Amino acid sequence: MKRYVGKRLLSSIPILIGISFLSFILINLSESDPAEVALRVNEITPTDEAVAEMREELELDKSFFGQYWTWISNSVQGDFGNSYINGKPVMDEMKRAIPATLWLAFVSFVIIVIVSTVAAIICTIYEGRFIDRMIRWIVFIGEAMPSFWIGLLLMWLLAVKLNLFPTSGMESPLSVVLPAVTLSFAYISTYVRLLRNNMVQSKHEYYIVYAEARGLKKVTILKHMFRNSIQSSITALGMSIPKLIAGTVIIENIFAWPGVGRLCVTAIFNHDYPIIQAYVFLMAVLFVTCNLLVDIITAALDPRTREGI
Amino acid sequence: MVIVKRLRKDRTAMICSLFLIVVILAGIFAPWLAPYDPIEMDVKEKLTGMNKEYLLGTDQLGRDVLSRLLYGIRTTVFVAMVTMFITIVIGTILGAIAGMFRGKIDEIIMRLCDIFMSFPSEVMILAIIGMMGPGITNIIIASIIAKWAWYTRMIRSVVIKYTGKSYIQFARVAGFSKWHIAKRHIAPSTMGEISVLATLDVGSVILMISALSFLGLGVQAPTPEWGMMLNEAKNVMTVHPFIMIPPGVAILLVVAAFNFLGDSLQDAFNVKRGHE
Repeated sequence: MKRYVGKRLLSSIPILIGISFLSFILINLSESDPAEVALRVNEITPTDEAVAEMREELELDKSFFGQYWTWISNSVQGDFGNSYINGKPVMDEMKRAIPATLWLAFVSFVIIVIVSTVAAIICTIYEGRFIDRMIRWIVFIGEAMPSFWIGLLLMWLLAVKLNLFPTSGMESPLSVVLPAVTLSFAYISTYVRLLRNNMVQSKHEYYIVYAEARGLKKVTILKHMFRNSIQSSITALGMSIPKLIAGTVIIENIFAWPGVGRLCVTAIFNHDYPIIQAYVFLMAVLFVTCNLLVDIITAALDPRTREGI
Repeated sequence: MVIVKRLRKDRTAMICSLFLIVVILAGIFAPWLAPYDPIEMDVKEKLTGMNKEYLLGTDQLGRDVLSRLLYGIRTTVFVAMVTMFITIVIGTILGAIAGMFRGKIDEIIMRLCDIFMSFPSEVMILAIIGMMGPGITNIIIASIIAKWAWYTRMIRSVVIKYTGKSYIQFARVAGFSKWHIAKRHIAPSTMGEISVLATLDVGSVILMISALSFLGLGVQAPTPEWGMMLNEAKNVMTVHPFIMIPPGVAILLVVAAFNFLGDSLQDAFNVKRGHE
């Protein structure tokens, strides 16, 4: 096991280097000169002199690898430079936005786990009956519906018409409900499908047939089926945590949720490259770390997966 | 063809294919089918709701919603299909090279894939749009960069599965060149599975393109696009909620049809595998 963890840790180092390099060259590949953008947004006329000064300030005159080295060594220490727009440190902006995004992702996660477990169990109990078919239809439609449309419809019905929740922002504690429900919709569809199929399949396993023959209570049998079906879903769920956090972008923009996704989209419109870079870098690190944890947990649970790395 | 026969028996698959063909034809013939110019504004006739003159009503600038929907097929659906096609072509070429030649080149391609796949595709797309600026061409490029690695890997494994088969081994021993084997044996047998992969994903590409356009990062106004129509509908939601319905339903139906068709295709091919 130790050997596996060591190998797995080592193998993520080149990936992290690759990612940091990719997110760094983004700025250097962009069509517009960052120094000029930085001047324009502060409403300074980009004269040659001013541009040259700004280039020096942003250390754009260094060699490509020199710039990369400065950027990566600062980034690792949490210094992503200053925003081009308001001149504040990017990390401060991130620190303000990250809790909002994490809170939204967490609430969605709880909704996903509860709703998909309950729905899958109902489907298994009533397999092939009306309620099972109905849930499967809803799941199928949920997969084909654009999340932003679900968001708009929910907003219209629950916020505008019925006035139950605030339409946008993060002022009241109830604000999180609409964005979280919208965000969880697509994921619930996936997990209901996965968990239901696993559980229905396990119905025909010998141990279930034997348990039924022994005359065990239905609830006990259901518990057996659930415990044996949940493993693949846990892996998939673990993998989806970073996706969930990255996927908040659209939802945050609909509901004006002050998280990192909204910060990033605003930065794209403003050509505020340091913020975009920081967002990409942080998300990639999060993604790699989550994958690493999921792999290690799976390997600990099931020794067969340790091979083949 | 066994698969075609099997698909013909599958009613959902037939209905979905028929529906998608109608949608694609409607997109091609949009200039003849659309009753009005999709970008011509008529402020006097804004937000009329459904009536005889404007079947689906008009939007906040007095543009005919039905015409915009029809022209929207060209942006939303066609762009998604083009994106998918290019991605598949790149994935097929690289996957086939990796799968057929193995060795060092395979190793290099796979490590590259690892790096690209360690990025969540949503973040990757945002990063590329952030660098190149909003716009439809950039969205196509971004989604290709975000997705090629996954397809390369899938297609590589399909190719490897087939190269292990005895008739391919025999062709090798018989002294045929790798190119000949690829063309005569591998290409025909893998095409099916590759097309399944493509169909399954067109729906998700449509969702992604319309989501980006909804955020204002994709198709730029005044070009009609379903996601952007929903974004415009958001602003008049309180006074005229109906306008949210047509574009949303359009996306839902087309994506559902692609998903259903992909599932049916997959079933058709799975059954074939079972017979072998």
